[in-house]
Amino acid sequence: MRIPPKYIIAALLLAFGALAPFIINAYQLSLLGRFLALSILAMGIMLTWGEAGILSLGQGVFFGLGGYALAMHLKLEGLNLANGDMPDFMVWSGVSTLPAFWYPFASPVFALACVVIVPGAFAAAFSWLVFRRRVGGVYFALITQALALAFSTLLISQQALTGGFNGLTNFSTLFGYDITTQRAAQVIYWITFLFVVLVYVFLRWLLTSRYGVMLRATRDGENRVRFLGHNPVPYKVVAFGLAGALAGIGGALFTLHAGVVSPALVGVVPSIEMVVWVAVGGRNILWGAIAGTLLVNFAKDQISSAFPSLWLYGLGALFILAVSFLPAGIAGMFHPSSREESVMRRILSRRKLRTAE
Amino acid sequence: MHESAFLLGQIFNGFSVASLFILAALGLALSFGLMRVINMAHGEMLMLGGYLAYLTLQVIPGPLGIIVAMPVAFVGAGIIGAILEFAVIHRLSARPLDTLLATWGVSLILQQAARNLFGAIGVEVTAPAWLNHTITISSGPLAGLDLPDTRIFILIIAGVVLGLIAALLNKTRLGLYVRAVNQDRPTAAAMGVNARLIDLSVFALGTGVAGLAGVILALLGPVTPTVGQSYIVPAFLVVILGGLGSLVGTTIASLIVGLFTALIEIFVDVSVAQVLLLVFVIVFIQFRPQGVITVHTRALEG
Repeated sequence: MRIPPKYIIAALLLAFGALAPFIINAYQLSLLGRFLALSILAMGIMLTWGEAGILSLGQGVFFGLGGYALAMHLKLEGLNLANGDMPDFMVWSGVSTLPAFWYPFASPVFALACVVIVPGAFAAAFSWLVFRRRVGGVYFALITQALALAFSTLLISQQALTGGFNGLTNFSTLFGYDITTQRAAQVIYWITFLFVVLVYVFLRWLLTSRYGVMLRATRDGENRVRFLGHNPVPYKVVAFGLAGALAGIGGALFTLHAGVVSPALVGVVPSIEMVVWVAVGGRNILWGAIAGTLLVNFAKDQISSAFPSLWLYGLGALFILAVSFLPAGIAGMFHPSSREESVMRRILSRRKLRTAE
Repeated sequence: MHESAFLLGQIFNGFSVASLFILAALGLALSFGLMRVINMAHGEMLMLGGYLAYLTLQVIPGPLGIIVAMPVAFVGAGIIGAILEFAVIHRLSARPLDTLLATWGVSLILQQAARNLFGAIGVEVTAPAWLNHTITISSGPLAGLDLPDTRIFILIIAGVVLGLIAALLNKTRLGLYVRAVNQDRPTAAAMGVNARLIDLSVFALGTGVAGLAGVILALLGPVTPTVGQSYIVPAFLVVILGGLGSLVGTTIASLIVGLFTALIEIFVDVSVAQVLLLVFVIVFIQFRPQGVITVHTRALEG
């Protein structure tokens, strides 16, 4: 019996991912861990943008909500709240008592639940308000961009509550374990890797289910879906809510790896950069989202440290080239059915051109 | 200062901010009506206009520099816009979301180019002496109301540009073609209208107007590589509120956004005002999802 090569490649990648802490050095491991955390968010973008046709330029908001939820707990852990202890940055900005909404975050379980629920519920509610009035497409993208701008300026301006421009940093323990050691970094890496695999499997299953079929149908012809008697809004809202929750998980894991969460990671530019990872990797293929995230981020790490201004030119060019010449991304070049899909896409885009005209 | 004078001052500020939004959003709205695409590099046309004003004033200092700078910025930004339309946007027609991303790439490149050419800190354009006065009302119920000349100048420019564009759209043959393509592209094309050329010229016109707005922006503050970014997000919201490619809709929406921001900033700080503006937009589309001005059409999609 011959094993198809893709299974061999998958097994090799899994083995490498699981054993990475023993193979690569600590610095590379920390980068890989961060970028894998980001790829959880990227899979969410693949779900909304690639499969549901909803372009969000505000995923950084949900990433930030997840990251801040965990970071708020990390700032409180080890403090004696009854004694009136407060996080260091609040003392510096002259706050006298801990704000009420910070209190529940002293509980790790509450904070971890918030990492998933707050961004997921917020994304679902936000998108429902927009989609229920049949506003979508370009309008939705622009509204999410405004959301990213509002969120990041709000974080910066509320210095006393959010740590302002510097964000939240200087974490020490989680569940009583020191998270700054070499050993902890490995454990956090494994947790991240496990999440990537679980999310991948879950989304694989979801996209082949009836839900996935309806989602693609909504993307390709929302009005036809309506004519067939389905309401497309819940499908889109669920997809966007899921993507929000995934972004939150990614944000929390990234915060653990990086040891900091700040407005610089959640604003307009980072949010739109997240889309380019998926555009480069392949918006319709799940592993493409992971591959694109790793590729673009490692490239950024290499280029931006040596030639900072070159990176922005490169990023700009990447946007233009990826969407103009490589709409299916890198993964699309390997995908066996990409020819059929490209024909399909051409037909669909032609139909859209006619209706747009 | 009287309460009423303060309120009136804020309203006046709102109008002058709104007129900047009109100039910035006009091109976006017109092109969106024609081609259903949004140019994310539109904010960089403002920036370009600002830098062109700076360069013009280097060559022609003195009171008339700013008068010369306006046509220079208009033509310069228009040419860049035409190149952008021809090279990027036209290639991606009928893929609005991809156009969004590609033009964002263009915007990043233009910002970085400006950073390399002029530095990250920004350049100052000083208003000429004839724009340096402030009309202060010293007596009566409105005592203490300040009306800076530059702000009045902005209102006048926006009014003139709006009038010219309205005349162009409603009185000329080109305007007739634009409206025809806007309504029904295939039929217009079948009647011999060169729809492609209409797209290109409207796009170039829109970016030119944005360049003009950039000159005004330069009078208000330093021109930095990211100066366009702070005005372009409200301009996008104006397009959403305004409705498809409608001049009247864009004007009303600009006034709504400008006045809303100016009045809300009396009570809350700028960052909270931004959040409330977004909340306002989302509430607004619950009632009028197609914007202030709805174009009645039998087409379902688009």
